[in-house]
Amino acid sequence: MGRTLAEKIWDAHVVRSAEGEPDLLYIDLHLLHEVTSPQAFDGLREAGRKVRRPDLTIATEDHNVPTTGIDGRGMPLTSPTPLYGPDSPFADPVSRTQVETLRKNCAEFGVRLHPMGDAGQGIVHVIGPQLGLTQPGLTIVCGDSHTSTHGALGALAFGIGTSEVEHVLATQTLPQVRPKTMAITVNGELPAGVSAKDLILAIIAKIGTGGGQGYVLEYRGSAIRALPMSGRLTVCNMSIEAGARAGLIAPDDVTFEYLKGRPHAPSGAAWEAALDYWRSLPTDADATFDHEVVIDAATLSPYVTWGTNPGQALPLASSVPDPASFADPGDRAAAERALTYMDLKPGTALRDVAVDTVFVGSCTNGRLEDLRAAASVLEGRRIASSVRMLVVPGSMAVRAQAEAEGLDAVFTAAGAEWRSAGCSMCLGMNPDKLAAGERSASTSNRNFEGRQGKGGRTHLVSPEVAAATAVTGHLAAPADL
Amino acid sequence: MEPFVTHAGRAVPLRRSNVDTDQIIPAEYLKQVSRTGFGKGLFAAWREDPSFVLNQPQYDGATILVAGMDFGTGSSREHAVWALTDYGFRAVIAPRFGDIFRGNSTKAGLLPVILPEATVAALQDAIEADPATEVVVDLDNRVVRAEAAGIKAPFEIDNYTRWRLMEGLDDIGLTLRHADEIAAFERSRPSFLPVTA
Ligand code: SF4
Repeated sequence: MGRTLAEKIWDAHVVRSAEGEPDLLYIDLHLLHEVTSPQAFDGLREAGRKVRRPDLTIATEDHNVPTTGIDGRGMPLTSPTPLYGPDSPFADPVSRTQVETLRKNCAEFGVRLHPMGDAGQGIVHVIGPQLGLTQPGLTIVCGDSHTSTHGALGALAFGIGTSEVEHVLATQTLPQVRPKTMAITVNGELPAGVSAKDLILAIIAKIGTGGGQGYVLEYRGSAIRALPMSGRLTVCNMSIEAGARAGLIAPDDVTFEYLKGRPHAPSGAAWEAALDYWRSLPTDADATFDHEVVIDAATLSPYVTWGTNPGQALPLASSVPDPASFADPGDRAAAERALTYMDLKPGTALRDVAVDTVFVGSCTNGRLEDLRAAASVLEGRRIASSVRMLVVPGSMAVRAQAEAEGLDAVFTAAGAEWRSAGCSMCLGMNPDKLAAGERSASTSNRNFEGRQGKGGRTHLVSPEVAAATAVTGHLAAPADL
Repeated sequence: MEPFVTHAGRAVPLRRSNVDTDQIIPAEYLKQVSRTGFGKGLFAAWREDPSFVLNQPQYDGATILVAGMDFGTGSSREHAVWALTDYGFRAVIAPRFGDIFRGNSTKAGLLPVILPEATVAALQDAIEADPATEVVVDLDNRVVRAEAAGIKAPFEIDNYTRWRLMEGLDDIGLTLRHADEIAAFERSRPSFLPVTA
C-alpha cells in the first residue's frame, strides 16, 4: 500500500523501533534560540555530555531581543551587537543575561550562532528556509511550537520542549510516537484579495484549536499548489494553532525553485541526487489518511479573529458572534470569556472595531513577500493618527532586501516604525508590548490573553488587512480603502 | 526525575477550556535561565484576580489540578510544566491536552491524566462541594479515585510512558543505550543532506 509524505519521512528516520516503545527518530536539523535552550545546556554540563552533532545544529537570537537601538543610530552593524556598554540595546538585565547565556553556550559547545547585529540573524523559522537549511524530507526540531513552519518545504518539523532539546543535543535523536495523518485538501482557487493567512485562519476556525491533535496535517489541493513558498510557510506555521505538531506540503517545482542557489542547498551532483530523493517524497496515489477535511477555496474571504484563541475567527465582513449561538456549552463559555476579555459586544460589525496598534512581523508574516503586501497597501497613504504601527522584519536579510526595494521608505512615510529583526510584539517578551486595554491588529499567530502584553487585546489578520487597518484605524481590508 | 507511582492529595478545579501555556506562564517570566523558581509566574495574570481559584484558601496546598478541555495548548515552553511543579502540582487531570505540553509533562515528572469530560466535571463538582476531598491518582493501576465522592475512573496511558514515570527514568540515559544503532544510522545518511557548519 502507498504511503503518505509524512510516513515516508518518518520511515526514513527510524533508528530503532521496538514493540511497545516509541520509535527512536533521527533528527537532521536542530534549531536553537535563547529562551528554551539554557536549561538544556545546563543539563548537558551537569551530565558531562557534549553536543553530539554541532554540525546539524544552529542558533539565533530572536525571542527576547530588542528591535531598536541595534543599528538605528547611524552606526555600522557590529556582529555581535555588544551586550554591555553604550552600544548595548538592552534595557533589561535579565533579558541580556539570557542572550549572553546563549552566546556562552554556543561558544562552549561549538554551535554556530547568528547573534543580534549579524546579517544572518532573525527569527529561527525565517532563517532556516532562508539559508536553505530547511529541505524536503528532513526531520527538523526546535524548542518552539512554530517549528511546523518548515513543513512548507516538505520537511517533517515539529516543536519540542526543553527536556527534548537536551535529548536532541545529546543524542541527535528523539523517542516519538508515530502520529496519525490528516489531509487538508483545499480545492479551487483563492479569490482575489484572499491570502494564505486568511486560508489558515479559516482552516483553524473549521477544525478547531484541538482538531489537529495527534495528527500531522498535509495541506493538499489546487489552492495549496498555487501558493508561493511564502504563503506555504504561513499556512504550515499555524498548524500548531489547530493542535497539530506538524504541517506539511509536498515538495514540487515551487520548492525546488525556492531552494536552488541558497547557501546550504546542495549543488552540482548533490543537487541532482537530492532532487531524485525529493521527487520520491510526495504522498502516493493509493495512500490513505486517517482523516480528511475538504475546503472550497472559492468560499473564502479575509478572516480576522474576534476572540482569545486562533480558532475564534470569522470573515471580516461578519459581526462579533453571540455566545448564545454556540451549541457546545464549552464553546459558549469560552466565547463569553473571550468577549469579556476582548471588550466586544455581540453583533458589533468587525469592521467597526477600532485598534490602537498594528503589528506586521513574526514567523507567520515577517517575510519579504508579507512586507511587500503591506507596503503595497500603504504606498501613498498615511496611517491613522490614532494608530501606532510596528513593522518588524523576520530576519536581517529580509530587512536588507526590503530596504533595497525601498519598502522601509514606504513604511516610514506612512508613519510606521521600521525595526530590526526579532519576534518582537508577537509574544511581548521584549519591550515591544501592548499596554493593558490596548487593541492590536497583528499578523502574528496567537491572540491568547496577554500574548502581546498583559491585558492587551489581539486580532489576528493578514499583512494586507493589517495595513488597511492601520490606515482606517479600524479593522479593514484593502478593498475598503 | 522524581518517580511517580501513586499520589494522593487535594485537588483544585480550573473550569476553563483552552488554557494555553501563555496563561500557565506568561512570556515575561521566561527570561530566567534556571529550571527553578517559575511557580511565582504560574497563572500570573489570573492570580491578580482575588476570586481566581488558586487564590481561594480552601484550595491551599492542593497538588492536583482538574482542568477543562485542551489544557496546555500553544507554546512549547516547558516552563509551563516547571511552573506547575514548582507551585506544588504533581498531576493535571483534563479531557484533552496540548500534545507538546503533555510530552513535556512526562519528561519533567508531572503526570497528565486524560479522563472523559463528564468525569472531569463530576470531579470538579465533588471538589467544589468539599474541597477537602481526597483524590488519588494511581499510575500503577491507571485509575483516579475520589472515594468520598464515589468516583473511580480508569485512564489510559501507554506502557512505556508509565514505566518511565514509575521508575523516574531519564530519557537521555535510555537512548544512549542505543548509541551503536545511532552511529550506524549516521553512517547510512546520504551525503547531500545539509550541515550547518
Ligand atoms: S515570531 Fe512569535 S511565534 Fe514565531 S518564533 Fe517568535 S515568538 Fe514564536
